[in-house]
Amino acid sequence: MIINHPLLGPRDSAEFVYLGAAELMNRPDPETASAEDWHGYAYLRDNPAGVHRELWFHEGGDRSILIVTRDTTTHEISAVELARKPRAQT
Amino acid sequence: MRYSGFKVIKEALTGHKGWKPAWRDPEPQAHYDIVIIGGGGHGLATAHYLASVYGQQRVAVIEKGWIGGGNVGRNTTIIRSNYLLDGNEPFYEFSLKLWEGLEQDLNYNAMVSQRGIMNLIHSDAQRDAFIRRGNAMILNGADAELLSEAQIRQEYPFLNFDDARFPIKGGLAQRRGGTVRHDAVAWGYARAADSRGVDIIQNCEVTGFRIENGKCLGVETSKGFIGAGRVGCAVAGNSNRLMAKAGMRLPIESHVLQAFVSEGLKPVLPGVITFGAGHFYVSQSDKGGLVFGGDIDGYNSYAQRGNLPVVEDVCEGGMAIMPMIGRARLLRMWGGIMDMSMDGSPIIDRTHIAGLYFNGGWCYGGFKATPASGYAFAHLLARDEPHETATAYRFDRFRTGHMIDEKGMGNQPNLH
Repeated sequence: MIINHPLLGPRDSAEFVYLGAAELMNRPDPETASAEDWHGYAYLRDNPAGVHRELWFHEGGDRSILIVTRDTTTHEISAVELARKPRAQT
Repeated sequence: MRYSGFKVIKEALTGHKGWKPAWRDPEPQAHYDIVIIGGGGHGLATAHYLASVYGQQRVAVIEKGWIGGGNVGRNTTIIRSNYLLDGNEPFYEFSLKLWEGLEQDLNYNAMVSQRGIMNLIHSDAQRDAFIRRGNAMILNGADAELLSEAQIRQEYPFLNFDDARFPIKGGLAQRRGGTVRHDAVAWGYARAADSRGVDIIQNCEVTGFRIENGKCLGVETSKGFIGAGRVGCAVAGNSNRLMAKAGMRLPIESHVLQAFVSEGLKPVLPGVITFGAGHFYVSQSDKGGLVFGGDIDGYNSYAQRGNLPVVEDVCEGGMAIMPMIGRARLLRMWGGIMDMSMDGSPIIDRTHIAGLYFNGGWCYGGFKATPASGYAFAHLLARDEPHETATAYRFDRFRTGHMIDEKGMGNQPNLH
């Protein structure tokens, strides 16, 4: 698989470490989350057959974390973007 | 029809006109006591033990394709019971004992070959860990043997003993481990279950569950509704897709694992060798091909095929430990989809929906577990309580902190 890095251009997927579903960026709020919320966050996955948004860490490159949109039935990559934390609401 | 040497001779003398299909091709009935979704090794084994051990008369296995067309036909055929943790080792040893009696039980030649398996040791730390593992195996009634470098040189003179990074310093052997003809496992269980009245319904896809008031009443399929007292799901590789139809999210990701086989060779490799430090393992099939593999690719996939970086990694591992493998040509490579669970161990448990039971999360170790998985799942479906060797394989272990994490990797499915 070739991942088209938004800053570096096409890179071999072997340079990356796979970190799992992109929804892992939405960590529960430690002030309010219940044990059940943490269980769901840490252990349960949608694991869809089809389009999947997922995190790839460019360990062998610029150490950026990318959100790759990829079809798990064909390995076809349709979008690549930099992972950014959602801005804090003010 | 029982198979025997006399039967083969009789058929040979009468033009082979007496052989019949090994199982029927029935249409689904309106209702069964127990419906098993998934006609792979585990589902068919479950049906066999339900009928033969637990006396269940009205059982059906529903398969969306053909039986044995999934992972039971795509694995590298190794059986062993060399686990460390209490939640695992009694279960896998139970499985190995069932393998040892399998062919007589099924009246089917599954080519169970206890040619032995050996894990290589390269350092003092690894030797300590393997001695501990071997002792855990022995305490649970399995066999384990620590091999010296000299013993391995005698048995496997062609290995690369003096590699600078991974010199071979010893090994942990399990002589009762080995290989089994994997397709024959599916066919043997199917034939045995069918002979006891289990309906095996192929080309019948489950499209949904009928759940009312928290109870599962049956399954909607491409051949219509099939009612069931209890429904057991054994579709590892596709567990999340199926259980999503019942509104469940699972502690499982699907990953692709590749396997490889070389051209047929004269016998060169007596047993199974694992080179864990280099992510490589190999055995030789009775047909002569070197069957080998390594790590999973490491990303979610349902594609049943992997990518080239892992091919390179596996071949490098092979060349590092067994340089003569470079003289053999690669014949085939393929991929299978693994249920990678969050602690690397399986689940055989009830769900929160009454009458709906789950078997999955086998990671890349499901084949060796086939007999015990079927036995334990049959026990759960028939008695509604876990089998004594499978009490740890609970859904709620992630909630309660009772993970069974052999490799100590945490909730990173691609690292198990």
